[in-house]
Amino acid sequence: MDGRRPRSFYVLAAFFTLFLIFLYGPTITIAILSFQGPQGGLTFPMRGTSLHWFRELFEQQQVGDIWGSFSRSLVLGLMVMVTTIVVSVMGGLAFRKRFVGSGLLFYLIITSLVIPSILISLGVGLIFNQLGLRIHWASSGFGSQLTWTLPFGLLIMFAVFNRFDRSYEEAARDQGASAWQTIRHVVLPIIAPSLIGVALFGFTLSYDEFARTLLTAGSYNTLPLEIYGMTTNVTTPVIFALGTLTTIFSFIVIGVSLLTVWAMGRRRARQGSDAGKGMV
Amino acid sequence: MAVLDTPAARDAAKQAPRGLALSRHVVGWLLASPLALVLALFLILPIIMIVIVSFWGATEFSIYPAFQFDNYEFLFGSPVTYSVFLNTFKYAAITWVFTLVIGFTVAYFLAFHVHSLTWQVALFLLCTIPFWTSNIIRMISWIPFLGRNGIANSTLISWGVIDEPLDWLLFSDFSVILTFVHLYTLFMVVPIFNTMMRIDKSLIEAAYDNGASGFQTLVHVIIPLTKPGIMIGSIFVVTLVMGDFITVRFMSGSQSANVGRLISNDIALLQYPSAAATAVVLLATVLIVIGILLRFVDIRKEL
Repeated sequence: MDGRRPRSFYVLAAFFTLFLIFLYGPTITIAILSFQGPQGGLTFPMRGTSLHWFRELFEQQQVGDIWGSFSRSLVLGLMVMVTTIVVSVMGGLAFRKRFVGSGLLFYLIITSLVIPSILISLGVGLIFNQLGLRIHWASSGFGSQLTWTLPFGLLIMFAVFNRFDRSYEEAARDQGASAWQTIRHVVLPIIAPSLIGVALFGFTLSYDEFARTLLTAGSYNTLPLEIYGMTTNVTTPVIFALGTLTTIFSFIVIGVSLLTVWAMGRRRARQGSDAGKGMV
Repeated sequence: MAVLDTPAARDAAKQAPRGLALSRHVVGWLLASPLALVLALFLILPIIMIVIVSFWGATEFSIYPAFQFDNYEFLFGSPVTYSVFLNTFKYAAITWVFTLVIGFTVAYFLAFHVHSLTWQVALFLLCTIPFWTSNIIRMISWIPFLGRNGIANSTLISWGVIDEPLDWLLFSDFSVILTFVHLYTLFMVVPIFNTMMRIDKSLIEAAYDNGASGFQTLVHVIIPLTKPGIMIGSIFVVTLVMGDFITVRFMSGSQSANVGRLISNDIALLQYPSAAATAVVLLATVLIVIGILLRFVDIRKEL
């Protein structure tokens, strides 16, 4: 079968390869350029190779408060991640009840997803301003980012619960489990792998979020804001070095998440169902 | 039996249908309350606030409550507004065409030409991973390619295609649209691939059995069945491009404008009422476009 693929396969495979090069090429290029020698510029040719620009990041802070902004982004990302998981699971469970007003809430979620980010930024900024509150990444920034991460978390939960076999829950209830016990011991373990997905979305979308945080982060920048600031006044490969580091960090987060999902799937496949083994 | 035969149990049994129906809505709202709270505070209130402030007045240093239409009058009276909105639609339309063609082709290859599920998942993940990395870095990473002395120009010169570096590669409409396509094609690939994977393969076999060519199958079977995915992807791409204000500023070198930039410029000048009025018009425009696209698809059915 594999030996006789149609010609269209090869054309499309070539197209797909080009797409991947288009997708990853620029990122790989700046990864290479971040190893420029000390005299090197923002493009090829490479004037020697060195770790000069990475060292620059770790040594003096003439380019801004990179490590401070990194730790803020990290904390904010974790805050947003945990909140996104909890609120999305609760929301997913809620929508199964088909309560009055769920249709309206659904369209609000879609609105939250498609609304131009600058409106959230501007609106939240104005409210805090008029109430006399100080904008801060952990308050106004946090809330603004949730309007971006929650729709993704909820859409995943909707997809999960639409495919959820309710007979598991009924079985638990028939055996006398309370509503909470059913969720804790039956529903949550079954949906656990998708929760990793929600966590991945929650963290990375927050960690890289820019537009909704711009006017809501206050005087302390998150990392994307810091990088954006650097684009206007830094003209050395140090910005590539920073870009490479933060991309590697993202890749690690993505890799760990995917590996966890994969390991969970394997463990499940190995253990399989314990039906018929009894409760000895 | 003895366990069930308590007054409370009998009561519950009698009232079960009614009691259940009531508690279903209450429990639903209780579970949804954190979500509703976040959306109320950070989505609905900000929109209301923007609408209110769009009627306010502004001095050079501060804004003051009022109810006047000055901001809208100025907005609709200025020819700049129309050209900027036109430019925004232009970016959205061109980006939409490219992301659709590329995204559809990629999804089509993955769904119908890659036969092993493992490979499908692996290649699909490869397409989606950049979505979880920083947009700003992905934007910046075009600079070494497109600059005057960048990779594209030096390659073309060394091949003898051009004698002088092309100026329009970076800080132009070209680089803006290239970056949009680079950033947002993923938003087309994922929903289209998702819909394609749900097409019953026997339908395609049936088309072949009835003598349809590959192209006919594509046009008459696959594309109509993929429409919902195409619409969802289109909603993403169009709204992201129309609401953008960073890509255009950065990749055009501040030489081109779209509505998002108009708003962010006003914000930088502390002209919040004027920014709010533009934002209201932008929101209305985006909602109209989505309303049109939603006529072709029922999102709730596609999850």
